[in-house]
Amino acid sequence: MKRIVERIIESLFTVSGAISSIVIVLIIVFLFKEGFGLFSSPTVEKGYSLYINSRNQVSELNTFDITHIFDEKITNWSECGGADMLIKPFRFDEIFELFPEDDLEHNRELIPIRLSEIIAANPNIIAFLPQRFAPQNSEEVKELSIRNISISDFFGGKEWMPTSKPTPLFGVLPLILGTLLVSILAILIALPLGLGVAIYLSELASERMRKFMKPTIELLAGIPSVVYGFFGLVILVPIVQKGLNLSVGETAFTGSLILAIMALPTIITVAEDAMRNTPRTMREASLALGATNWQTIYRVIIPYSASGISAAAVLGIGRAIGETMAVLMVTGNAAVMPTSLFQSVRTIPATIAAELGETPAGSSHYQALFLLGCILFIITMIISITAEVISKKQHNKGL
Amino acid sequence: MNKKLSQDIAFVIFRILGLVIVCLLFWILGFIIYNGIEVISWEFLTTAPTEGMTAGGIFPAIVGTLCLIAGSMIFAFPLGVMSAIYTNEYAGNGTIVKFMRVMTNNLSSIPSIVFGLFGMSLFVNTLGFGDSIIAGSLTLGLLVLPLVIRTTEEALKAVPYAYRTGSLALGATKLQTIRRVVLPAALPNITTGLILSIGRVSGETAPILFTVAAYFLPKLPSSIFDQVMALPYHLYVVATSGTNLEASRPIAYGTALVLIAIVLLMNLLANALRKYFGKKVKTS
Repeated sequence: MKRIVERIIESLFTVSGAISSIVIVLIIVFLFKEGFGLFSSPTVEKGYSLYINSRNQVSELNTFDITHIFDEKITNWSECGGADMLIKPFRFDEIFELFPEDDLEHNRELIPIRLSEIIAANPNIIAFLPQRFAPQNSEEVKELSIRNISISDFFGGKEWMPTSKPTPLFGVLPLILGTLLVSILAILIALPLGLGVAIYLSELASERMRKFMKPTIELLAGIPSVVYGFFGLVILVPIVQKGLNLSVGETAFTGSLILAIMALPTIITVAEDAMRNTPRTMREASLALGATNWQTIYRVIIPYSASGISAAAVLGIGRAIGETMAVLMVTGNAAVMPTSLFQSVRTIPATIAAELGETPAGSSHYQALFLLGCILFIITMIISITAEVISKKQHNKGL
Repeated sequence: MNKKLSQDIAFVIFRILGLVIVCLLFWILGFIIYNGIEVISWEFLTTAPTEGMTAGGIFPAIVGTLCLIAGSMIFAFPLGVMSAIYTNEYAGNGTIVKFMRVMTNNLSSIPSIVFGLFGMSLFVNTLGFGDSIIAGSLTLGLLVLPLVIRTTEEALKAVPYAYRTGSLALGATKLQTIRRVVLPAALPNITTGLILSIGRVSGETAPILFTVAAYFLPKLPSSIFDQVMALPYHLYVVATSGTNLEASRPIAYGTALVLIAIVLLMNLLANALRKYFGKKVKTS
């Protein structure tokens, strides 16, 4: 009996181990399953189609043309391969302006008939209609063929307008560039600072000072990111705005500042560990040759711990790229191609956090956000593996 | 340049940088504490928000955060400790263990927003829990799982090998050895890990955005399938999207202070435990 109980408990251990290690697989499966659905979604909003008069020669339009037609930036059919006539965009709601709403409400089968009348009467029309009210078997109406969202639409697109109708634009370039801009600038700020503190801690500080500073830095790492965000919003944003004389303080630069503060503890801890692991004999040899302490630090210790320091930088970038709340609160979140440091940008995590709440599950916007999650996942995976490889190098040196 | 002079300059810079870091921490803490302390009152801690979150307290958010801490720990703690026992005591040092270590290591580098996406996809939508305490707790539990596993593994490794062989030599089975000898010796360090995970869980916002957090919900939860408010999300809401930002600032400071107090308390507790038991182990 006792044997059996022991066996059961031991197999519980095994099962727990198995569960913990497949979590990451589950994450990959669910993320990618939801995300890659985007590439089998049509470019036009799901459940809707575009209809034109059958006398119009145009049979296909690309995403940008459709968007700009409904933006009224393109106003003539000749601009997208048709005859020379003005474009008349028509949205479903407009039917209620042409016909009394009560009639249509009570008599829903009337809607498709009315719609096909409208399209037949206007040779220059392009109508954006729900498929369930689609004008049926009418010879006057033709449905534009719609292709699916392609990989190049997503990765090459420069416009992120997920709620624009009829064609949401999921161009991820501004978000990727925004993320990289903010995180890399953050590391450029944090690395020299962090390195300086690491040198101070490992080489200069007294034992008492170290005992005080190590937990202090740990505390800095423990503060929740939303508190950093709040701090950034209330303190840094006004400082940046006034100090640099900008119209708004919520810029890429502000985001980098707050991310730099958040990445500091990681950088300091990892770099300091690497420096303290420099063998005593190397220090002593350098000092014995007449080098000063400072010469020893920058000629011996820093080169020796170079890979540890690079691991610190890489880990810092990893933390900065994935950071959500603080960035969301201080960068202003304008999804445009970044052209300057002092303009509002939007990062990938901030986009997910800001938009997913209002997105119905299964829509193409939802899938696009999951695909952003996949990108984030892949980037951080690459970074964590890189850091591991680099710090292994450091480790091997110690042997 | 004179090498003594350059050393002096460099060292002064490093000392200043060290000072800057300490000042930075005190600036952030001081800012929150100074502004938050006047808001904190018994009433603030025990009443629900009123008037579009510009008045009243944060009681529902505190309760919500406590629910999430409890829920995620009930899930992550046993799972993490048991899988650490498996990798450390049973699995030896083969490829499986290496594989598992790589997996959990990488898990800890995944951004928390990705956990939020995953939690939404699996718990909220696929399993149909909806936005609920259980979905949020499971998501947060997965987030701290690597932390629990790593601290437990370290705790188990710190138990001298002789304890195990001694127990086994006395005729105890492996499981008895683990239960009666290894776990009691490792318990202080495992507890430290638990406390650190609580600190981490209570401050995370991104994973609960889509799995549990409610914008405004003065009612307390009655089951694990209810939504709740939570402190970090509440801070985000009152700081950025309240109806009247100026009027809700004090609420934001108060919320931030309570949040930081929980997190710092957990960190200090973990440090104190580490120190206390560290001494105890050495002297015995």
